Amino acid sequence: MKNILQSIYSYLDSRFMLSGLIQFAKKKKVPEHKHSFWYYFGGICLFLFILQVLTGILLLLYYSPSVNSAHESIIFIMSQVKFGWLMRSVHSWSANILIAAIFIHMFSSFFLKAYRSPRELTWITGFFLLLVFLAFGFSGYLLPWNELSFFATRVGTDIAGTLPLIGKHIKTFILGGTDVTGATISRFFWLHIGILPLLTVMILGIHVLLVQTLGMSKPIGIPENKVKEVPFFPNFILKDSLGWMLMLAIIGVLCVFFPWEIGQKADPFAATPIGIKPEWYFCFMFSTLKIIPAHIFSIEGEMIALFGFMIGGLLWMLVPFLDRNAAKERRSPFFSVMGWIVLLYIVVMTAVTYLLPGL
Amino acid sequence: MNRRKFIDLFLGGSLIGTFIAFLYPTISYLLPTKQIEVVIKKITAARLGELAPNTSKIFKFGTSPGILINTSDGELRAFSAICTHLTCTVIYEEDTGTILCPCHNGRFDLGGNVVSGPPPAPLESYNVEISGEDIVVSKKG
Ligand code: HEM
Ligand code: FES
Repeated sequence: MKNILQSIYSYLDSRFMLSGLIQFAKKKKVPEHKHSFWYYFGGICLFLFILQVLTGILLLLYYSPSVNSAHESIIFIMSQVKFGWLMRSVHSWSANILIAAIFIHMFSSFFLKAYRSPRELTWITGFFLLLVFLAFGFSGYLLPWNELSFFATRVGTDIAGTLPLIGKHIKTFILGGTDVTGATISRFFWLHIGILPLLTVMILGIHVLLVQTLGMSKPIGIPENKVKEVPFFPNFILKDSLGWMLMLAIIGVLCVFFPWEIGQKADPFAATPIGIKPEWYFCFMFSTLKIIPAHIFSIEGEMIALFGFMIGGLLWMLVPFLDRNAAKERRSPFFSVMGWIVLLYIVVMTAVTYLLPGL
Repeated sequence: MNRRKFIDLFLGGSLIGTFIAFLYPTISYLLPTKQIEVVIKKITAARLGELAPNTSKIFKFGTSPGILINTSDGELRAFSAICTHLTCTVIYEEDTGTILCPCHNGRFDLGGNVVSGPPPAPLESYNVEISGEDIVVSKKG
């Protein structure tokens, strides 16, 4: 028996160069220090993404992307298909937890200055992953074709429409016309199951490859003797999988006690429901749009907000190149403070959406 | 021009040409096809007596919603129901006698003018006429 396995292994080894990989895996180490906890979140993102792919493929079997059948097919999945409620609820809950995990992963890499040289590209690919996953969320939200998602899509795309010169064209391109219609469902579906997964696999591939080649960063200013290194196999991966099991358990409990809602079928000729708001991860932008005055120096308020977010996003993406101190392994309190301000803004404005709906 | 340079230019040019030959149809394919829009100028929004004073109704004006309001004084007003901020559909709030957009709490008076909130411009207002039993709404101008 042992001999057979041995010869299978050497057959494969000479073709796939397995021993190189195994050698690499044996050597892979993860630093252990007081902030090591945050290293788990990247792995959690990875795990949840795989969960999304699996449940998404299952949902494809019954979902039908058109005005007359989208909402109906979701009702069918939730009420007729065996365990349909489970698959859909896992997909929806896990999508939300994934976005939360991405935010946690991003902010923890930010505060640990893990973006500093040589990991600039790890940070930038990570930033693109954030954008891609926000697009996943936005496009997926419309697919059940309910009232809330219909208006969320109208507002969201009209924000793009306020861009000067190209705004109207972008909006028409995204919607597949001038308004949210069946053409929009087709386009969002195409994005959600075709383009975005393809982009994710490419960007995530680079992101994870960089993490492998560069190894994990150590926080600035922790003395060498305070950092232990533990082997990735088996120590770290075991704790990693413990985190994944925990996620599965949380998602399972959520799905059983709070199956994802179906909502009212979208009707383009109904009034917008009172108290409408987007998914929670867009709420900080939503509240900003509510608070900003209609005109600032005769420029439309939402245009200013939009430019603000675009410039903010650009600076955030370029942080590895702006933070000269961290690049030289020196502390950079200015960037930490900036990070806290951004985080505080997001948290406060999100809370405002839920606590002060009448604002 | 020597022979080497010519070949480089020729092959390079062909490569770019081939690329464009793929790109152009792909981009055209991705752009939405133009819908022929039937422009409707006039429509029967409701029957006379259908709306009690201080109530409202959303009606279809071509492909977009309009709102017809019977004010508490019994006056009929009609507007495009599409908020001038980010295109949500507005509602008539009976308690306050104003028009509210639930998306970002934009508020309009019964002339369609912005009272508060982010909308940058008044609602487009329509003409209302009564023709027999019908309340007929038409675009201005
Ligand atoms: C679905 C989305 C994402 C997945 C699946 C993912 C996956 C991972 C994994 C598995 C790691 C290694 C373990 C760890 O450091 O936690 C990692 C590291 C990293 N990620 Fe992500 N990531 C995602 C999104 C992001 C985003 C949005 C950012 C930031 C803008 C980001 C920035 C980084 C950085 C800087 C590291 C290196 C950390 C270090 O070396 O200390 N990632 N990512
Ligand atoms: S869409 Fe009407 S207030 Fe924003």
